[in-house]
Formats: sequence, C-alpha cells, structure tokens
Amino acid sequence: MSTDAKPAGLTKRDGGINWATLRGDFPILHETVNGHPLVYLDSAASSQKPRQVIDAIRHHYEHHNANVHRGIHELSNRATEAYEAARQRVAEFINANSRDEIVFTRGTTEGLNLVAQTWALENLREGDTILLTEMEHHSNLVPWQMLAQRIGAQLDFIEITGDDGELDLQWLDEQLARARLLSLTHISNTLGTVNPVVEICARARDAGVVTVVDAAQSAGHTPVNVQSIGCDFLAFSGHKTCGPTGIGVLYGRRELLEAMPPYQGGGEMIAKVEYRDVTFNVVPHKFEAGTPNVAGAVGLHAALDYLDAIGRDSIFEHDQRLAKRACEQLGEIDGIRLFGPSEGRSAVMSFILPDVHALDLATMADQKGVALRAGHHCNQPLLAKLGVPATARASFYFYNTEDEVDRFIEVIHHVRKLFA
Amino acid sequence: MTTFLDTTIDKLIENFDFLNDWEERFAYLIELGKKLPPLSEAEMTDEHRIHGCQASVWLRMLPQSDGTFDIHADSDAFIVKGLIAVLLLIYSEKTAEQILDTDSTATFERLGLDKHLSPTRRNGLHSMVSRIQALAAESTAQTV
Ligand SMILES: Cc1ncc(COP(=O)(O)O)c(C=O)c1O
Repeated sequence: MSTDAKPAGLTKRDGGINWATLRGDFPILHETVNGHPLVYLDSAASSQKPRQVIDAIRHHYEHHNANVHRGIHELSNRATEAYEAARQRVAEFINANSRDEIVFTRGTTEGLNLVAQTWALENLREGDTILLTEMEHHSNLVPWQMLAQRIGAQLDFIEITGDDGELDLQWLDEQLARARLLSLTHISNTLGTVNPVVEICARARDAGVVTVVDAAQSAGHTPVNVQSIGCDFLAFSGHKTCGPTGIGVLYGRRELLEAMPPYQGGGEMIAKVEYRDVTFNVVPHKFEAGTPNVAGAVGLHAALDYLDAIGRDSIFEHDQRLAKRACEQLGEIDGIRLFGPSEGRSAVMSFILPDVHALDLATMADQKGVALRAGHHCNQPLLAKLGVPATARASFYFYNTEDEVDRFIEVIHHVRKLFA
Repeated sequence: MTTFLDTTIDKLIENFDFLNDWEERFAYLIELGKKLPPLSEAEMTDEHRIHGCQASVWLRMLPQSDGTFDIHADSDAFIVKGLIAVLLLIYSEKTAEQILDTDSTATFERLGLDKHLSPTRRNGLHSMVSRIQALAAESTAQTV
C-alpha cells in the first residue's frame, strides 16, 4: 500500500516544493471555524491527517480487517502482513537495525512508561539517579517520579539557561557520572528548542548511562535516526506525525529489549502458557499484549510514506522558514516575552503578550478561526521555573503557509485592540 | 456592591441577544471584566484561589451586617473576569439561603454560554459556582 500514500499535492515550484498545493491533501484544512477559514496552529498537540492516511485506514477495514498473528485464514494473513509491514516501515523511518527493535504502543506516553516499568524497574536500585531536563513534558517526568517513589531512586535535572530555553550542559559530565539513566526530549513542546541529542547521548554512553529520547515533537518534523543519535530507547506518537491517534512507537536496542521483562501480560506476548507457568514470546511481541491497533499501524505506515515522499529535511526547512517569519513579526510587538532560542529552533513558539492573557488571546483568536493553544502545555514545572502561569503557543507544520503566519499576526493585533 | 457593573442580569441577557456574534459577546464580557475591582495582592492567597480553572482565579465572600454576602473575585484573564462579573450579578448581595437556592445553569443557557465556552472553561465556571455555594453552605452551618 505504500505506493498509494504519495502526496497528491506534491508539486514543484522554483525548483522547490510547492507547499500550498500539499494542503489539498488535508480535507480538514478546508473547514470553516466561527465563519472564518481555519488556520490550524496547534500541530504540536496533534497534527492533521492527509487523505492518504484516512484512505489507508478505510482500505484496511474494507479489505483486510481481521485479528493478527492467530488466524489461518486469508484475512488474518493480510492483516498480519499489513501490521508487520508497518513495523518494517517504522524501522526504516528511524533507521533501526531491525524491525524487531520496534514495539507498537499507544503513543509516546506509553513508550516512556514501558521503559520506566520494565528496563528501569528491573535495573535501577534505591539511591540511583535518573537524569532528566527541566523542559520535559509531563509524560517524560511523571513516569520517572512514580518509579523513583517506588524504588527510592532520585531525580536530577539538566537546567535551562533562561527564556531562550537552551540546556545548560556545563555540568553534564558531573551529572552523568552520578546517573544511571538519562531521558530527554529531542524537541521541546513549549520552547521549540532542538536539543543536541547526538552529543548528549554520546557523552552519556561514555559514562555508561542508558539513554531514552522523547521524539514526540521531532519524529515528524526532522530526520530522526536512532543509530546516529546513538540512543538506547526512543519514543514517538503517530498522531503528531500525520498518523492516527492511539498508535505510537517505542524503539529499543535489541540487547536491552531482549533482557527486559515484559510490560503487560496477555495474549500475543506469550510463547507457551500452562496453568502455573508461562514462557514469553520473542521481541518485540513480548511487549505487545492483546490485540494491537492494527488499523493504527496501517495508518501510521501511510503517514510515514507521506512524510518521506516530501522529505523530512524539506519539512524542517519549511518549519524554520515559518518560525523565522513568525518570530520576526512577534518580536516587533512591544513588551512581548517570546520563549525559546532565536536560531535553529523548531516551529513551536510560546509567548506572552504584555496586555492580553494567553487564554483570552486563544479564545478570541478562535473567534477568527485561528487555533492556538494556551496554558501550561503539560510543562507545569517549566512554566513555574520561567515564572509564568500560562503561555500562548502557536505551532506550525508543513501544511501551514506564510499567509497563515501573517493572518496569525494580524489576529493578534486585532485582539490586542479589543483589550486596549 | 455590584453597582460598578452598571447593569443587571436581565439587562445583560438582553444585550447578549442584541449582539451579532460571539466575538462581540466576548468583547462585551471583556468590557464587563474591566469594571471588576481588582483584589489586592494580599488577598490573592492559596486559601482564596480556585483550582480547576485554566486561568488563576481568587474569590472571597464577605458577610454583610444585613445577612447578605458581597462577593469579591479576580482573575488574571479578562474573559474570566467577565464571567466573574456575570456570577456577581447572579450571586452577590444575596443571603446564604438565596445563594443556595439559585441555580445559575438556566441563566448560562439563556446567555448561550453553555454552548460557546470551551469544556475546560465550563468546568472553571462550575468550580466558581461550587465555591460560592460551598462558602454559603459553610456560613449557614456555622450559624445553626
Ligand atoms: C515532548 C512531548 N512528549 C510527550 C508527549 C506525549 O505524547 P502522547 O500524548 O501522544 O503520548 C507530547 C505530546 O504532547 C510531547 O509534546
């Protein structure tokens, strides 16, 4: 099915991609909201889906649906093939050594919890240190807090430098020397910082520290290659990469996955079961108890085909172009506080206006069809550190246009007048 | 006293009907919110803070000599201040019994706020009403 998932709207202009025509692939982008054309600037929360992904899911239910890995009949074989082909596609997408290193999950959150409750629970002891950063999403913080409370481990944090949201790496080697595990985000969902994961993971490896990368914000936006990053685990979500909700990926290095205990018990994850004894299935099936989200995996397969047909390098360049345009115009607003680095950032930007509360801005922007997020973005400790109760956040993706950036800025000016 | 708001709940409903779209209604709420006297820093304590709202909200109920309550509340967000103003028009300067007997759901429905506030906003509004009624209930329990 991978050949079906080519972007229909992929056309060239001036030797580059004509981004505006790609929008034709996204039915939802033609919605009207409160009487205005939708300007969707909340892709960091969830991306929209191209028709190719929606069609792949429909095609699966109309032609291939059955349970996987169990049937002898034709439909079950087709479903199993589609599901395992998706696993192979994910392995290629992140350059894993083998599809056996790919565990399907519900999303990033489940992937991170899986590592905490299996590898970490088995290998960490009282007094051990888990190293995180101050910019982690709650889903890369709370699972570690829960584990630490349970086994008496402690948490340590790589600090951020300030509003520009860079990691302060001057103590990294000392912090790594005390740690057993490091879990960090590739791209911050609030600050837009792109962390130097290659360098950090290399230094962690030298210190014998196991590494986990939260790629929720990066996998669909920039090339993510687990071998060049050199991490032990990496997690991402289908729904932020143009795929469906309810499917995600955990990559784990084979030796680690093989040595880990299973996560949940049930069907699929076993090799042999007696009343009082069980032998577990091989990786990755050992970590996939119960009937998996087959349609989700099929949709994810189409999404990854779609993204790669455009090219993640090109997507990142386009993201950066939009980010630059938005940052420049936001920067002209007197008294604005704009978070995140000024260079080399992703297209997620948080800010506070001097005169309009983030929630008021998002509510009024919605009246104009502009979808923004406002609040703490599942980053409460980070916002507390920055000393703000809430920020407004705009996040762009390849289907957003320069015109939409300008419309967003126009709406900000309009809303500010209402509050003047 | 809610005289600073310079309107009544009936007039508010009438004005809402008269406005053309939700942008105008929100703008009207914002104007109403601007009339709300701010709480002092000293009153913005955790004790008076209402959790369950996305914005920060603080609320106090001050008993008056005639048995009614003056409600003082504030928020860092103006639309929330506007919603607080609506609540004041419904609940301020009433006795505990009146507060406990007043169901604001119907009023919110007439204003259309039940449909046009986001679910999280509605929860926040609900938290404020709950706090007002809980404080009223507390006061009647004390006087019995
Ligand atoms: C950086 C980061 N990590 C983790 C998550 C959690 O992803 P999910 O809710 O899909 O499990 C998110 C989603 O908001 C995120 O932005």
